[in-house]
Amino acid sequence: MTGSKQALAQPASSADAAPGSQPGAARGAHGRGAPAGADSWRSRLYRWDMKASPYAFIAPFFILFGAFSLVPLLYTAWYSLHDVQLSSLDRQTWAGLDNYKNLWASDFFWTALKNTFTIGVISTVPQLLAALGLAHLLNYRLRGSTVWRVVMLTPYATSVAAATLVFTLLYSWDGGMVNWILHFFGVDPVNWRESDWGSQFAVSSIVIWRWTGYNALIYLAAMQAIPTDLYESAALDGANRWQQFRHVTIPQLRPTILFTVVVSTIGATQLFGEPLLFGGVSGSKGGSEHQYQTLGLYMYDQGWIIGNLGKASAIAWSMFLILVIVAVINMLFTRRLRKSQ
Amino acid sequence: MTTSELTLPRGAGTERRGRGRRRVMGAGKQLHAGPVTYVVLTVFALVSLAPLVWTAVAASRTDRRLAETPPPLWFGGNLFTNLQSAWDEAGLGTAMVNSVIVAGTITVSTVVFATLAGFAFAKLRFRFSGLLLLLTIGTMMIPPQLAVVPLYLWMSDLGWSNQLQTVVLPSLVTAFGTFFMRQYLVQALPTELIEAARVDGASSLRVVWHVVFPAARPAMAVLGLLTFVFAWNDFLWPIIALNQQNPTVQVALNSLGTGYVPDQAVIMAGALLGTLPLLVAFLLFGKQIVGGIMQGAIKG
Repeated sequence: MTGSKQALAQPASSADAAPGSQPGAARGAHGRGAPAGADSWRSRLYRWDMKASPYAFIAPFFILFGAFSLVPLLYTAWYSLHDVQLSSLDRQTWAGLDNYKNLWASDFFWTALKNTFTIGVISTVPQLLAALGLAHLLNYRLRGSTVWRVVMLTPYATSVAAATLVFTLLYSWDGGMVNWILHFFGVDPVNWRESDWGSQFAVSSIVIWRWTGYNALIYLAAMQAIPTDLYESAALDGANRWQQFRHVTIPQLRPTILFTVVVSTIGATQLFGEPLLFGGVSGSKGGSEHQYQTLGLYMYDQGWIIGNLGKASAIAWSMFLILVIVAVINMLFTRRLRKSQ
Repeated sequence: MTTSELTLPRGAGTERRGRGRRRVMGAGKQLHAGPVTYVVLTVFALVSLAPLVWTAVAASRTDRRLAETPPPLWFGGNLFTNLQSAWDEAGLGTAMVNSVIVAGTITVSTVVFATLAGFAFAKLRFRFSGLLLLLTIGTMMIPPQLAVVPLYLWMSDLGWSNQLQTVVLPSLVTAFGTFFMRQYLVQALPTELIEAARVDGASSLRVVWHVVFPAARPAMAVLGLLTFVFAWNDFLWPIIALNQQNPTVQVALNSLGTGYVPDQAVIMAGALLGTLPLLVAFLLFGKQIVGGIMQGAIKG
């Protein structure tokens, strides 16, 4: 506050001083003498600039963000209450809650919800555990530490589409690399695309591959911010390295872990590209038995393959509601954590 | 005294101080890595890199060879034929040009607008600033699925389907970018510097140009890299808005993968081509990208 006030006051006083003869009078001298008028016009412009510029600076962001993110959010809700078909876009009739009733009566919706949850868990839990371990290793003093970090991040440079195409080939039934490696351990070829758990595992492994390094860097950043004296006093108390990790590192990382859990949960809820491309030609169905159709994929299938955009909107809003519930649970959890500390 | 004279020494000073602090903090705690650490890290590194290397191996083979057991472990002689097919037949050539235009535009606009808004949130006082910042952070978590139906309907109304502006427009700003710049400028831009420029009678635009942009430059570069990666890899909206007539890289890869007569060697060549620009970027700016992600993490 004081900063901007000072900044306001000082040019005004220099403008006062400029006419020379009567300091202080210039302030009320709008439009009297030509030089004084010019100065006060300038200081008024200046004041206007100070007041308006913050709004001018945030305007482009909020106009674009509002128009293409917030307004569509509301319109999606509106369309979810209408019958909107891809084949006849200009005919949109009021449907009340029909889309939602229709959705909740559909087995595919519940299958997709269940798949989203299962794939979410088997992709997030191992990924974050591996990231935690990896971050711990990267936190040692290493030769070429930057190179290690960049290497761990390269999967993040690979797009969902490229990564999935490669993994789909690695997981192919005959001639696939994964089955070939497994046969050395006496495992019969697994039909990764058709089996229930196999396909869900395969889809999850793409997510794990792409995001473990990224999350490790986030944990690493948080580890480096832990004050050294905590470790020193733990060492004085006779804690070994593992005990230090458990009783110093993990508690100190708790907010960061919570943050990554939330972000990964959001990512898992909207999982879409991996199952779509893993399925090949009929990808939007998520397999012959819909065994890996996620909510995001179900929405795309209903909206752009089947052509029911009203129902797709209802699926999108269901996803949103799930995320709101997750956010509320997370908030309560954080608050309880804070209280208990 | 001009503002740029003021900026340089101070900016350099804070940077030096920051680097020194990090070194001291690490020194007490960091233990030297033992051989086991290096072995485990090597395994992680192999898992990270192997699928990419194998993409190149598969792209140098033929479709028939890829269906045989054991899978090829070394390069064959078909790399250039496959790259050519991906470039011409699968439209990767057009797609690369389109992706550069799309991701480039999105990057420039995100960085500029995020810096302006981030500066306002970090250093200026205005009504509802707290509330608006909270709104920005809160909406970072909304999935893209919540926007695509209305966007699709509007773009079809405008007759814009299959044109590049349909993918550019909705991505011109991100909440993450604004928050990222705000967090950086709060600590990296000394308030006295703005005041000094104000005393000299600089208008807000001059302050932004001569004080804010120079101070924000490192963060702008990092945000630019992260945004480019994000825009290049964006998938859901582009495959709805565009088709194979005028694709981005991800749209072209999607058509390749869902085609009826897939040639796996050409698909791998396409995946390789589509990833190559980002791999080059990581090779050149990996350090900055890693730094940006770690920086965003501490404050985020």
